[in-house]
Amino acid sequence: MATATSSSAAWKAVDSVPDQFPAGLRVLVVDDDPTCLIILEKMLRNCSYEVTKCNRAETALSILRENKNGFDIVISDVHMPDMDGFKLLEHIGLEMDLPVIMMSADDGKHVVMKGVIHGACDYLIKPVRIEALKNIWQHVIRKRKNGSKDLEQSGSVEEGDQQQKQSEEADYSSSANEGNWKSSKRRKDDEDETEDRDDTSTLKKPRVVWSIELHQQFVAAVNQLGIDKAVPKKILELMNVPGLTRENVASHLQKYRLYLRRLSGVSPHLNNSFMNPQEETFGPLSSVNGLGLQALAAGGQLPAQCLATLQAAALGHSTAKSSIPLPLVDQRNIFSFENPKLRFGEGQQQLMNNNKHINLLHAIPTTMEPKQLTTSTSIGNINMQVASHGVKSGQNNSELINMQVASHGVQSSQSNSALMQMGQPQFAHAPRLPLSVGQPIISNGIASNVSTQNGIRANIRAPGNNPVSQTSSMLNYPMNHASELPGNCFPLGSTPGMSGRTSKGTFQEDFNSEYRGSVGFMPSYDIFDDLNQHKPQNWELQNVGVAFDDTRHSNSLQGNLDLSQSVLVQQGFTSGQMNRQNRSGIVVSKAMFSAGDSTEPGNPLNVNQHLNSLPIDNTIRVKTESVADVNPDNLFIDHFGQADLMSALLKQQQGIAPAENEFDYDGYSLDDIPVKTTTHHSPVLVMIIAFYNVHNLLCNQSLGPLSSCFFKKLDMTSFKIIICCRFST
Amino acid sequence: MDRNPLRRQLQIMRKSFFDQGYLDEQFVQLEELQDEANPNFVEEVVTLYYRDSARLILSIEQALERKPFDFNKLDAHMHQFKGSSSSIGAKKVKAESTQFREYCKSRNREGCTRCFQQLKKEYATLRKKLEAYFQLARQAGPMETACRPK
Repeated sequence: MATATSSSAAWKAVDSVPDQFPAGLRVLVVDDDPTCLIILEKMLRNCSYEVTKCNRAETALSILRENKNGFDIVISDVHMPDMDGFKLLEHIGLEMDLPVIMMSADDGKHVVMKGVIHGACDYLIKPVRIEALKNIWQHVIRKRKNGSKDLEQSGSVEEGDQQQKQSEEADYSSSANEGNWKSSKRRKDDEDETEDRDDTSTLKKPRVVWSIELHQQFVAAVNQLGIDKAVPKKILELMNVPGLTRENVASHLQKYRLYLRRLSGVSPHLNNSFMNPQEETFGPLSSVNGLGLQALAAGGQLPAQCLATLQAAALGHSTAKSSIPLPLVDQRNIFSFENPKLRFGEGQQQLMNNNKHINLLHAIPTTMEPKQLTTSTSIGNINMQVASHGVKSGQNNSELINMQVASHGVQSSQSNSALMQMGQPQFAHAPRLPLSVGQPIISNGIASNVSTQNGIRANIRAPGNNPVSQTSSMLNYPMNHASELPGNCFPLGSTPGMSGRTSKGTFQEDFNSEYRGSVGFMPSYDIFDDLNQHKPQNWELQNVGVAFDDTRHSNSLQGNLDLSQSVLVQQGFTSGQMNRQNRSGIVVSKAMFSAGDSTEPGNPLNVNQHLNSLPIDNTIRVKTESVADVNPDNLFIDHFGQADLMSALLKQQQGIAPAENEFDYDGYSLDDIPVKTTTHHSPVLVMIIAFYNVHNLLCNQSLGPLSSCFFKKLDMTSFKIIICCRFST
Repeated sequence: MDRNPLRRQLQIMRKSFFDQGYLDEQFVQLEELQDEANPNFVEEVVTLYYRDSARLILSIEQALERKPFDFNKLDAHMHQFKGSSSSIGAKKVKAESTQFREYCKSRNREGCTRCFQQLKKEYATLRKKLEAYFQLARQAGPMETACRPK
């Protein structure tokens, strides 16, 4: 395996002097300050390391490129005249996958954080003492260990899924983890293990592991073509690697573009080109929302969350206002609003781990208000971006969820939303499936959608777990505080419909079991899609967050939500009840769904494809037709409830603590949202929570425990179930 | 204490640097790097520092003469200067650098100018002291392991 090769190469130095290790460690030190450089060199020599020094970043890169396996670790200064230290860090991570230690006289927290985000394995404050240098070998060992673990995992996985996941991670990790491919892969693997791949089995593609060599070939091809003209097909031809498909190249290109974008100063606008596998541009996806989501997705982990948040925000907005052009903005609200902790690093981390689902949820709740939505979206994006950057935390789950949400959202919100909605009620316990919940509900045709979602989820997960987590945390918070923020999370002011956060326990379980593998989040995707017609890209797996944004600020949200809502929620809610806000909720739920799916290994490629096909989800829509038409607004509300449910479900699935049975329904009071906002709520939960919040208004009907409602509704009407989610106001 | 009077004098001088706050622990780190293979390591580094930082000082001076002040540039230069100074353990110089950066952040022209003058003084003072120190060290012959400050 390529990775194996690089790992073995990495071990070369050690192997040659096994007993003397860490003596002989080959260090490259880069600093434009000659005084520091000479001191460092002497210190490292005194540690018995083999030192090469250079005072320019470009020189360092060329040395590294020429000597691919000639170094074990790199130490670089942050402020350099020819190239920013973080850029160098990313380059090295991407191309050589070596551990990089950053140094600076600057000990400000934000700079250190930047280092972490960009993938530095350590950060030293100048003046550097020799004691600090004595232990740098640990980073080399750690990286190798992680790398071989990844390899092991990929090798041992019998299922194609696992492999896929790994490749996915490899694909996504490049953007998500600056240079930390293996780690992300590893994380992804861990998370994917529990996912069912049923849905994506048909879409699976052979995994590609982007080894250093392969990546370098890729970069060479891209440079040859020119970054603007580099299309996967041509790159593939230039690379001439047998077994490599255009899709592999496409997804890798997306990550690479994201990475470049980050280097040039995170561009807030991820293209909205939502995951079109054909487009292969994650970059474009980065519309404000997309970017964040993508980044998150790539990085891992937040995507779902961000998306969810964004979505939620979007949803909220859409209902409230037609203009939701600032998805990011909303995000901001969402994030900041809900849970400061959710801010990127933290939220993501947690969310990611927790659940993809939850992340989604998180994102959503924050956007209760239309205004909030905008801000929240932005924040969501921001978060997402951040997430992508460095969220390395293995939030795979959240990622997936987010991704899914996003992807689905873009495509066709309808089906997704339906799913999401369904899931919501359960999110309380849903081990992870908010999506799954949706599925059964959607029964009609959701299954198909679901699969997509799943697929999407899987994809999303890999890269952006982090983002997801963030979202979820964010969402979760709103949820928890459902009572507190009746109106805050979701602008939905008067969401009559959404049933409160259905007691998650029961529902979720039911749903979860059903949807385990299902992508459940499909609806979310749909929602997003609808919401953000203009941002299809955002929906890329990674852009789950984006999805949110889009949904949020687009009036279309309503439309999207309608779809989903109709499926899920509508049933129960009267048209009149749902207000726009519900929509956001729906979006949220969508996100949630996706979050839930994050656990699924999914085939990123599949997802993409799914996404593209999402817009077709009609099954879900079908069901809700009647409902949806009734009141877009209501729909939203319902969605929220569902989202909440979903999130709760997701949360449960994910095992997020707070999520469990937190949602009690008291009718639609959002306040009752059992989903506690916890930083590690699954995105779904977050969404659910968000929905709840949003649906304060909506939920007036006390449907009783969400789960029961859910089920009940299910029986009664496919859509009604959704409504069960109570959105406590 | 070394019986050699020159050495003793050297040691007293060295101790005063620490006592008076001209140098800090980082200087000791440099001293520890000095060994038989690099017997004049500390002197080499300090010489390099003064040579390299001279151009930074000049850049800052030129920037301070321009009106209006480009605080960001000034801050960037000073950040670099601070990094170098801290590497050799120049405590007072480092403190002045920090102060200068504060003034830059608060866009205080007067503060920057004043602070810079102070910084240059400390910078020059330290240089003289260290030059005398190294000269004495060469006269005293190969140094034994430096005793730890306090």
